[in-house]
Amino acid sequence: MRTTYQEPRLIDEPYTRHLVKDMQLDHLDTLESQSVYILREAYRKFKRLAMLWSIGKDSTVLLWLARKAFLGHCPIPLVHIDTSLKIPEMIAFRDRVAKEWDLRLVVGQNTEALAAGMGPDKGRIVCCNSLKTEALQQLMAEKDYTGLILGIRRDEEGTRAKERYFSPRDKNFEWNYKDQPPELWDQFKTDFDKDTHIRIHPLLHWTEIDVWKYIKRESIPIVGLYFARNGERYRSLGCQPCTGRVKSNATTVDEIIEELQHSTISERSVRAQDQEDTYAMQKLRAKGYM
Amino acid sequence: MPETVNPTLNIVIVGHVDHGKSTLVGRLLHDTKSLPDGKYEAVARVCEDSGKDFEYAFLLDALEEERDQGITIDTTQIRFHTDKRDYVIIDAPGHKEFLKNMVTGAASAEAAILLIDADEGIQEQSRRHGYILNLLGIRQVTVVINKMDLVDYSQTVFNDIHTEYLAFLNQLGIVPQFVIPLSARNGDNVARHSQRMTWYNGPTVLEALDEFQSRVSKESGPLRMPVQDIYKFDKRRIVAGRIESGSIKEGDTICFSPSGHKAIVKTIERWQSAKDGAASAGESVGITLDEQLFIERGDIISHTDDLPRSSSVLQGNLFWLGDRHLAPNRTYVLKLTTQEVECTVGSISGVINTASLARVGDVAREVAKNEVATVVFDLKKKVSFDSAIDVIETGRFVIVDGFDVSGGGIILQEHPAESYEI
Repeated sequence: MRTTYQEPRLIDEPYTRHLVKDMQLDHLDTLESQSVYILREAYRKFKRLAMLWSIGKDSTVLLWLARKAFLGHCPIPLVHIDTSLKIPEMIAFRDRVAKEWDLRLVVGQNTEALAAGMGPDKGRIVCCNSLKTEALQQLMAEKDYTGLILGIRRDEEGTRAKERYFSPRDKNFEWNYKDQPPELWDQFKTDFDKDTHIRIHPLLHWTEIDVWKYIKRESIPIVGLYFARNGERYRSLGCQPCTGRVKSNATTVDEIIEELQHSTISERSVRAQDQEDTYAMQKLRAKGYM
Repeated sequence: MPETVNPTLNIVIVGHVDHGKSTLVGRLLHDTKSLPDGKYEAVARVCEDSGKDFEYAFLLDALEEERDQGITIDTTQIRFHTDKRDYVIIDAPGHKEFLKNMVTGAASAEAAILLIDADEGIQEQSRRHGYILNLLGIRQVTVVINKMDLVDYSQTVFNDIHTEYLAFLNQLGIVPQFVIPLSARNGDNVARHSQRMTWYNGPTVLEALDEFQSRVSKESGPLRMPVQDIYKFDKRRIVAGRIESGSIKEGDTICFSPSGHKAIVKTIERWQSAKDGAASAGESVGITLDEQLFIERGDIISHTDDLPRSSSVLQGNLFWLGDRHLAPNRTYVLKLTTQEVECTVGSISGVINTASLARVGDVAREVAKNEVATVVFDLKKKVSFDSAIDVIETGRFVIVDGFDVSGGGIILQEHPAESYEI
């Protein structure tokens, strides 16, 4: 896509010019098309494929993109890892959307760890590993999934900035970030040894503000927790004990976009597990965290 | 310009290990005030804890090993913006061991900065990266000569490196837009003009970035839409794919290569879209046809008057990244857009040492890691393709060895006509 630099073609005929102008892809069209391409590759290449839906804005946009890719359908089951510590409004939103859009929803939970009293008081990283990573590991083993689609983005934090669109995990779920496969010209890692699974990241190239602009353009329904109440809103959603709110008066998508254009605070600054130590995310993600 | 257009340019920074690529990116972020609150302070704390001076590279080298060893292991993408546009800066590792990560980073770039340490001068990766950029088709290049503070901001040192490196790049056919003397650590000629190198009158790095051109839409090229999949979720039978070049509209007569089947486009299918009736380069769409042909993933859709070439022999300029050598007695998979075909090596000629540009030999038996060669592949069945000069998207391929993408190739030369069965 990069070698020849041609002068834009001049078109005299007014009707054609109008048509070509409409056909040109804008920034959001380009992001959307790349994500659709990746989703279609994943669907074609993985017989046992699932998509993680955290109920947050990113994975909800991902779900919307899947319906774009498959022309109104979502042939991929959605996995929700329920730590039991999620904000109740998220669960209500999940169940409503799943019903309205006729989705195949699979809920995973590390019931054993919960019964033994696991919670953030045992240490936030320990808790994330147990209630998210291990819960996911159990569910993937049970369902035999070999491909898992996730809505992470490069601009969220440093280790995600180093991710691939198709990223292998070994049988222990570990991410060998020191030896990642090359990825060029949209030729992805789709051949793999048994016992490995591939994480697929169709939103990797989006930014937080792209996501919100797309939500606005497409009128995608989003859980209400993102909008300000009493001068505060959630900017990133997770478990209740470890997710903080930011000061905000943004009560509409437009106001959120406006707010983000002037914000110098990072998106995940309100996620307590990230702040546990300098390399918290590297440690969590090397073990198979999202 | 409407807000949603938001042009973004992808730039890769390449060069030899430890010549200061990450430092330059860190400095750009800092000087354009693109860092989130507290990031600078957090890095300052990490540096202080480990008894080091402030290290701009730590702003993007996120992995613990990268900070401990002071080298970038994997490519990172960072965003910032100038008044002109948004940038994605790709920081690619300079260590030879991580060439595949460098290629991964560079393959998505539209322009490149080649960085050289003024004190150490031109090194192995300075040359190899220049060569790889050229193979990846990146023609917009600016050279920066960093660490000028270590050579007392000497114009003579700058001129010597400038002359030697340009001679090398010119052999490759690369003509840099600018050559800029720099001290990334001190910020000289990054965002502001240096007071210590008044002999230099050219642009700063930031000004040079704004001179790069954004990619132009390829809708004026010939139609190329590789079939990605066929869907039958409802009563429609939809042929799904991304248009890599050109445009398509309802009523067009199209041809599927290499099979040669023809059909008429009945509808262009999208979901929840304001667009209708036509689609152009870059779009992932679906189409339905006037008749039910046997179509497979990998077929390339074109108009009937401008077909791609089809052959079971393919010659390409290949760079090899695999630990195991490319060798004639093995079977590989060649992937070109959505086509996949088993192949073997027919012949290897002109293996080139990318650091010295020396020809290792005219006829070789194998291609080793980090080498480049001209290779002819014998394919188990025909594929359809173009010369990369005509349509880059259908003019390049990767080679899979076992489970791993191990090499990439560009179809440049015209292959002898008799071996094409068109």
